[in-house]
Parts: sequence; C-alpha cells; structure tokens
Amino acid sequence: MLAPVPPSAEPIIDVSWFDLGLAAMLVLVAVAISAWQRIGLARGFVVGAIRAVVQLVLVGYVLVYLFAVDRWWLVLLALLVMLAAATKTSTDRVDAPRRVILPITSTAMLVGTGLTLVYVAAVVLQLENWHNPRYLIPLFGMITGNAMNGAALAAERLGSEMEARRAEVEAYLALGASPARASADAVRRALAAALIPSVNGLMVVGLVTLPGMMTGQILAGASPLLAVRYQIVVAFMLAGAVAATAAIVVLWYRKRFFTAAEQLRG
Amino acid sequence: MEETVSSAGGEFLLRDVVQEKHGARLLDGVSLALPGREVTALIGPSGAGKTTLLRLLDRLDDPVSGAVLFHGRPVTEYPVRELRCRIGFVFQTPVMFPGTVADNLRIAAELAGPERVPDSGQGGWIGELLRAVELDPAIYAERDAGRLSGGEKQRVSIARALATRPEVLLLDEPTSALDPEVAERLMGTVARLNRERGHTTVMVTHRLAEARDFSTHTVMLEAGRVVEAGPTRQLFENASNPRTRAYLAVA
Repeated sequence: MLAPVPPSAEPIIDVSWFDLGLAAMLVLVAVAISAWQRIGLARGFVVGAIRAVVQLVLVGYVLVYLFAVDRWWLVLLALLVMLAAATKTSTDRVDAPRRVILPITSTAMLVGTGLTLVYVAAVVLQLENWHNPRYLIPLFGMITGNAMNGAALAAERLGSEMEARRAEVEAYLALGASPARASADAVRRALAAALIPSVNGLMVVGLVTLPGMMTGQILAGASPLLAVRYQIVVAFMLAGAVAATAAIVVLWYRKRFFTAAEQLRG
Repeated sequence: MEETVSSAGGEFLLRDVVQEKHGARLLDGVSLALPGREVTALIGPSGAGKTTLLRLLDRLDDPVSGAVLFHGRPVTEYPVRELRCRIGFVFQTPVMFPGTVADNLRIAAELAGPERVPDSGQGGWIGELLRAVELDPAIYAERDAGRLSGGEKQRVSIARALATRPEVLLLDEPTSALDPEVAERLMGTVARLNRERGHTTVMVTHRLAEARDFSTHTVMLEAGRVVEAGPTRQLFENASNPRTRAYLAVA
C-alpha cells in the first residue's frame, strides 16, 4: 500500500479559460504550418482542438459528479463505458469481420483489464473504499488505453502473419500437426508485436519520457518520490494488462483460422 | 458411373464428389477409384480440379457433398492427424520450416510420434531419408533449409513427407518450378521411391511426359469432371475419349 499523498507545499496555479485561450495559440501554430504547406490538416487541427476541449470539459464535469456522489454502480457504469469505447476502437482497427473479432476483443479486454484493476486496487493499493472513483477511473483509463492498443496490434498482426504464412501452416497440418502447433510461429510473432511497446515503455520510462500520471501528480503538488512509486505501479500494471489481453486475443483468434476438421479457413 | 483406373479396386475411392469454393464449382460429381501401391497421375488443363481433388484425399479440404474413402472408410472417420501422418503431401511450392534440413525432418518425425517413427531418437534415419531423395547427408543435413535451391527444397519436402512413414504420397505439381533436367531427375526419384517403398503415389502434373514416363495410371480431368481414367500406356496410346485425345495432342 502506497503512502497517502502529502499536502501540497505550494498552491497549484489555476488555469483560467483565458489561459486556455492563450494555450490555443500553440494549436494555431500547427494550423498555420498546415495551411502554409497545404497538407490539408488545418481543418483537422481546428476540429480536433474543439473536440478535445468539449470532450475533456465534459469528462471533467462527469468526474466531479462521480467523485461527489460516490455511488458504486455509477463508478462501475463509467468503467463499462470506458471499456466499451476502448473495445470498439480496438476492433475498428482490425481488418476482420466484426462478428468474429468483437466477442474475442471484448472478452479479452474485460478479463485482462478487469483482473488487473482488481489486483491493483485490492492487493497493491488496498483501497478502503473499493469503488473510490478518484483511483479506479484514472487507473482504468490507463489500463484500457494500453490494452486497447495491445489487443488491436495482436489481432492485426496475427491476421497478417496467418495470411503470409498460409503455406507454412498448411505444410505443418499436412504432416499431422495440430492447429496450435501449425500456427505457433504466427502466434509468437503476433504476441511479440503486441508486447514490444510495453517492454520499450519499461526501458525508457523516466529517461526519454516522463509519464503523464507522474507529471500530473507532481504538478498537483505530490512528492516526486511518491509520484515515481505510483508510476512504477502503473508501468507494471500496464505490462500485465497488455500481456493478458493480447494473449487471450491471439489464442482465441487463432482458432478462428481453422475449421473443426483442422483445415485452414478461406 | 464410377470411373476406375484399376480393376483391383482403389486405395482411395471417391463417390459423387462435389466441391465448391467462393460459389464456383471445382469438382462436379467425381467418382473415381485410385489404385494402391501404384503411381497415378492427375492430368488436365488449368482449372480442371486436379489440385482440388488431391487436397480432399489428405482432408486439407472437405467436399460439399459426396464421399472420399480411404481403405474403404470415409476419410472423415479417421482421426485427422493420424490420417495426415499416413498420407504425405508435397506442395507445389516447397515450404521449408526454420532451421536445418535435419531440423525439418525431425519436426515431421516428432509430429508423427514414436509409434510411427520408432527409431527417430537415433540419427541414422535422417541420413537414410536424405539418401532416399538423393541428397548427400554429409553435405545437406546441417545446411540451412531456407537457403537451398528450388530442386533441393523439393527433395527435402519429399524426404520430410516420407519421415512420417506414409502409406500414400500425394504430390501437387512438384516439378512446376524446376527446369526440365532437375524435374526429370526428381520424378525418377519419385518413381523409384514408389517401387522401393511400395506406397501409393498420386501426383498432379502439367507435364504430360512426366505422366507418360513415371505413372502407371492416369486420370484426365476437365471442368471438374473425370473425362477418362485408365492405365497410362492405354490412355496415352489409345485414348477413347475425344477430349482426352485433343488435350494430349495440343499439350
């Protein structure tokens, strides 16, 4: 269990709407460069900036409400909405029929992210209030975001590996191999593709990147050492969640490439 | 009406087999008996259904209707992995597994299991298999399989298919990517293996000289149907069907 966040030594600088307007000048730099080089992204930057403001402000109000009412079912509902949005985004990125990939990704995301969140909340942080939204929602946001990328990478790579290795897989089947054995190399490569970003993340954290959560805590006045410990928890949590989700995706999705008679589909 | 290439009956029997893929009919009611311990060539123009038929024998695909029988039993009644160990399949484009030539043979032996390959724990069988396909074990056993020439890869695929001690060897245009001299030597090896090991061989070929010189029986397919089937010499010298005569004359 991590020590509570100590009170801030100095007051946090308020960011007013006027300040946000000043920050928007930086987006105008991107808009200007896009227009100057005629790369067709100026409109995208404007729409994206407006969407970011609207979405984040709405989320801010939702979080204020959730923190204020502190109802377990509302917290669970928020987590489910996050999970559904992440699952949809993940499946949209995979070139496979939705009826095939949706049950696989949604189950993998539910199990991979759910178990990770329960472990972190109950075992690592030992939350007294198990549905404390101040912890659960930001933690789950990070878990689902990473698991979403892992699931999409794993499924997409498995599909392309199975397509590219069709002749090899069939050569194994023709020798009497099980579908699991025949597709073992494709599965390994798909899993590796999904996990490499997690490994790289662990390697460079603190050197190349200062993660958003840690930066946010430091800005909010927490001790940098406590922020670091939280970040370590987050880094480990993301590695576990991505690995579990990607493993479920590839092991289940693999079966969809074979018939009951152990023949390659298509 | 069942076409037969042997009055003695077949190792394989196909009964009114229909196969379709993506809405196209690839085999249109094929009934055929393929003889045991002989070399049968499947010939015919592209799209005739030769490869489609061959794949059904190893259950790499199942027909949409009809039955394929192996030793009198539908292939669907055999455990599929056991069936595939008993039937070796050599693909048109040889696929080498990662590793050496010996690794490729070991993988096949491991998949077949100790019941079918009792001496796989000792090294001698690798040399024996390589010699059977006319590759010197001292030169080839430890070579990277991925770096071999097309002809060498095809010989390794035949050796790998033989590693499971199959009763049947199916070859899908094994010489299509090889130059004529290499192709002829490979077919000589196939014919010799058939004589020495006594397994049944069924091969798809576009090269009519291969069918004429190396097979004992020939089946002529066209548009998913059997046009004519019989002993190779009879079919080549005195084909009864005008379509067969026309194909042989043009090809």
